[in-house]
Amino acid sequence: MSIPADLKYTKTHEWARLEADGHVSVGITHHAQELLGDMVFVENPTVGRNLAAGEECAVVESVKAASDVYAPIAGEVTAANGSLESAPESINKDPYAAWMFKLKPSNSAELDGLMNATSYAAHVESEAH
Amino acid sequence: MPFIPHTEADIAAMLDSIGASSLDALFDEIPVDLNCAGLGGIPPSLSEMAVTRLAHGRAAQDGFYSSFLGAGAYEHHIPAAVWQIVSRGEFYTAYTPYQAEASQGTLQLLYEYQTMMASLTGLDVSNASLYDGATALAEAVLMAVRANKAGVRRVLLPDTVHPRYRAVAQAMVKNQGIELVGVPFDKASGITDLAALEVMAGEAAALVIPQPNFFGALERVDALTDWAHAHAMLAVAVANPLALALLKPPGLWGEGTQTRGADICVGDGQPLGVPLSSGGPYFGFMTARQALVRQMPGRMVGRTVDLDGKPGFVLTLQAREQHIRRAKATSNICSNQGLLVTAATIHMALLGPEGLKNVALSSHANTRALIDKLVSLLGVERVFSSPFFHEAVIRVNIPVPDVLRALRAQGILGGYALGRDYPELADCILVCATETKTEDDLEQYRQQLERILSRRNGRDPSVPPCAYK
Repeated sequence: MSIPADLKYTKTHEWARLEADGHVSVGITHHAQELLGDMVFVENPTVGRNLAAGEECAVVESVKAASDVYAPIAGEVTAANGSLESAPESINKDPYAAWMFKLKPSNSAELDGLMNATSYAAHVESEAH
Repeated sequence: MPFIPHTEADIAAMLDSIGASSLDALFDEIPVDLNCAGLGGIPPSLSEMAVTRLAHGRAAQDGFYSSFLGAGAYEHHIPAAVWQIVSRGEFYTAYTPYQAEASQGTLQLLYEYQTMMASLTGLDVSNASLYDGATALAEAVLMAVRANKAGVRRVLLPDTVHPRYRAVAQAMVKNQGIELVGVPFDKASGITDLAALEVMAGEAAALVIPQPNFFGALERVDALTDWAHAHAMLAVAVANPLALALLKPPGLWGEGTQTRGADICVGDGQPLGVPLSSGGPYFGFMTARQALVRQMPGRMVGRTVDLDGKPGFVLTLQAREQHIRRAKATSNICSNQGLLVTAATIHMALLGPEGLKNVALSSHANTRALIDKLVSLLGVERVFSSPFFHEAVIRVNIPVPDVLRALRAQGILGGYALGRDYPELADCILVCATETKTEDDLEQYRQQLERILSRRNGRDPSVPPCAYK
């Protein structure tokens, strides 16, 4: 299972990456896409929407289930990855390249409250039992 | 032969196998005070012979009338082959496919049905049906609100939509915080008043557009669709599917090259091979543009290929249904009216597009001929100036209940009294003549009405006759 060391993680299996411009990209983890199986549809939040940390804001739909995606931190949606509409399988191919949406954080310090790769690996491990 | 799946012996064996002492013991976690003590008011059982006699007696009470009553449910000829085929054991089973993919024949039929409805309404996708036209409208309202990214929970619902549909939609959406706003109709034309609509614009997720409307009148669907889209609303059509064999399909509503047509179309499928049966069961249909397919409630059948490349049918887009998404499901409607849809599919296949169009044309022609006959009578006038499909409104100069009662005594159901739903139309009757009526039937209605009116008007000279007859 792939868990890059440079990302932050949530208990609900989203990853967050602080980009050079101060915005935060969000996607779902390798583990999450493995559980869901083949992706068939992604529904992203609209640009401009203000999200609270932990707010339901997107849906990923696989052949098995439709699952909610939660905002890892609070912020305003500044971009949604339109290429996922026609190619949702990118999430299966490379979940850490297939970002879903970008946030302008209300408070980037909130990132420090998320899990690092080591804690996330332990979290995944604990959920397996 | 037992007609229930589990015999006493089966139940005992299963209880024994899991170590439970009785069926009640299995449910002992349900609090005792919630336990229903048994069904009251159920009469003792009757033999088959006695039940048949009872049912025949009840049916005879309905009588045999020449019916000019429509108002949402219509008498049409149904070829004998339709229900003969529907009654085959392969079809005459569950109402919705469980263990769906094991029932390839059922799925293929539903797929054919969806294809026909998409074609008839000019839209991309159809579900496998809903309960009836009224609940289909409520589902369309919920769907339009779900699709509204700005979170607007308000839908414009013209007063010309079937009153019972409006009541059902209201009952289903009001506790979900959705506001349904009425739109008045023009008193002269009987169709939705565009000027009134303009004034009340405001924010809304959708505009509902009936075609034909409850008065049988043809709405200005192109202008209404364009108006909805210009105000960032979805256009939701409520259509009689038979009328669509003749009229512009909702998917093409709107003028100009920019139009995308209506976004959702719903209605009652009863005119397509379903008998009146004292009010049901009927079935509702729903079609939509592809972009909205993930907001669509109900079951959908898709065509695919198996591992060997052979064609097959599957229930598709189930990921958002309640057995997977629970409380977050798109809708709690996961069912369909399988048997009635089977009848409709066979009915449409037997008639074909031309046959359906001919039924629509003769229904229209009969209603025109009837209205012409009736308004030639002293004391009868047409109420609305708009073109109509197979229903129209007349005004009579003696009380409507008296007219309908007197016609009934002569074996004629004269139509629907509008006063119940529209107090300002208390002196008006909604009249319908489908393709089942002959010239003689129409003439009978005219003669009886003439007799009733002349007798009453003659006796009471204070009632002014309608002018210019």
